[in-house]
Amino acid sequence: MNGVHDMGGMHGFGPVTPEKNEPVFHAGWEGRVFAMQRVSGLFGYWNIDIGRAAVEKLPPHIYLGVTYYEKWCRGLEARLLSFGLVSEDELQAGHALHPAKPIKRKLAAADVDSAAMQRGSYYRPEQAPARFKPGDKVRTKNINPTSHTRLPRYARDRVGKVEAIRGCHAYPDSIVLGKGDDPQWLYTVVFEGKELWGPDAAAGLKVSIEAFEPYLEPA
Amino acid sequence: MANEPHDHEHGHEHGHGHSHGHDHGHDHDQGGNSELTEQQARVRALETVLTEKGYIDPAALDRIVEAYETKIGPHIGARVVAKAWADPAFKQRLLEDATKAINEDGTLGRVSDHLIAVENSPKQRHMIVCTLCSCYPWEVLGLPPVWYKSAAYRSRSVIDPRGVLKDFGVTLPAETDIRVWDSTAETRFIVIPQRPAGTDNWDEEQLAELVTRDSMVGTGEPLKADEVAR
Repeated sequence: MNGVHDMGGMHGFGPVTPEKNEPVFHAGWEGRVFAMQRVSGLFGYWNIDIGRAAVEKLPPHIYLGVTYYEKWCRGLEARLLSFGLVSEDELQAGHALHPAKPIKRKLAAADVDSAAMQRGSYYRPEQAPARFKPGDKVRTKNINPTSHTRLPRYARDRVGKVEAIRGCHAYPDSIVLGKGDDPQWLYTVVFEGKELWGPDAAAGLKVSIEAFEPYLEPA
Repeated sequence: MANEPHDHEHGHEHGHGHSHGHDHGHDHDQGGNSELTEQQARVRALETVLTEKGYIDPAALDRIVEAYETKIGPHIGARVVAKAWADPAFKQRLLEDATKAINEDGTLGRVSDHLIAVENSPKQRHMIVCTLCSCYPWEVLGLPPVWYKSAAYRSRSVIDPRGVLKDFGVTLPAETDIRVWDSTAETRFIVIPQRPAGTDNWDEEQLAELVTRDSMVGTGEPLKADEVAR
């Protein structure tokens, strides 16, 4: 979706302001939100792409106006509500009021350090040979889906070069539509700065994206 | 928000019997008084509901927070970079397949699939960003800093990376090319910065002390040899 989350190339957000000796979490509740997000990924109702899509769907003034972990909190609430795992009156009351739904896995404290918390692999069995190879010129498609995609606006309808094949991966654009992993080849595609930003682009700039095969056509 | 701050010691009611409850050590959340902020109350309500419904174990949350506060951080990536500096054959393997190279003997910890290492040189600078969200190599750098997740960084790094570097106090020579890697899939990236001068005889442990988090994202430089105590 063409949301405010898709920020590459936008102006007006001011300077980057690194914080010296920044703590991992700036408040206790941030850690709780982070950890709830992690364990809820094991419930079996959504994956990381559906989580990202939930945050992207926040109203723009909320997305831009609240802190990172506030966004996570709201995105998590939205998913829990949409899958019927909690209800609005429970969040209001701060207590369970209705029976629970079955979940795939409740993470036990003893399992936190085990494989349960390791990042999963996104490799999937290939469905067809890769259409492109390193060195190929490709043009990204001009797509504007209203659902989640990982092709940023600044890199649509642009000519670049395939630099590497990164294997066959679960395809976010399909997963968020409930259509399964629909595995796709993933490529690193590199663009000249001028192709993205025009003749005034910074000299010597190249930008790459990680592009799923359906985003690309031969150029 | 109608959430009652009903349960100040919530984290201790579940029999895990130690002091990792979510109030522990976070008095600053409350601005020095006992009022819960709206956001704290909201998160507490959510955790309480999920706990009462049997979906989560608060003690598991404690353990996760603890892991990211104490165990998983940029010191892991720093050891990887130091080894790459000290061992050219390892560096080559790292550039070919970072996941495989890091996992090869277990001494650097374990990372999952899809990690990619890229190397800075006097001619080529690499920077990592996620313009769409906040993808970051947690397993080697820990959780991302606020600036990495900020609109300012996500918007500007792909169009004006030199301007962003200036915000970090870094000025590159005009002839250095810049490559920005937008983390738009599940591949993750770590930058191998240039080894500082004057460190020829340093061992990996000493070298690791030079490697800053920002240098592994591409927005900073490693410390200079005389900036660490030997």
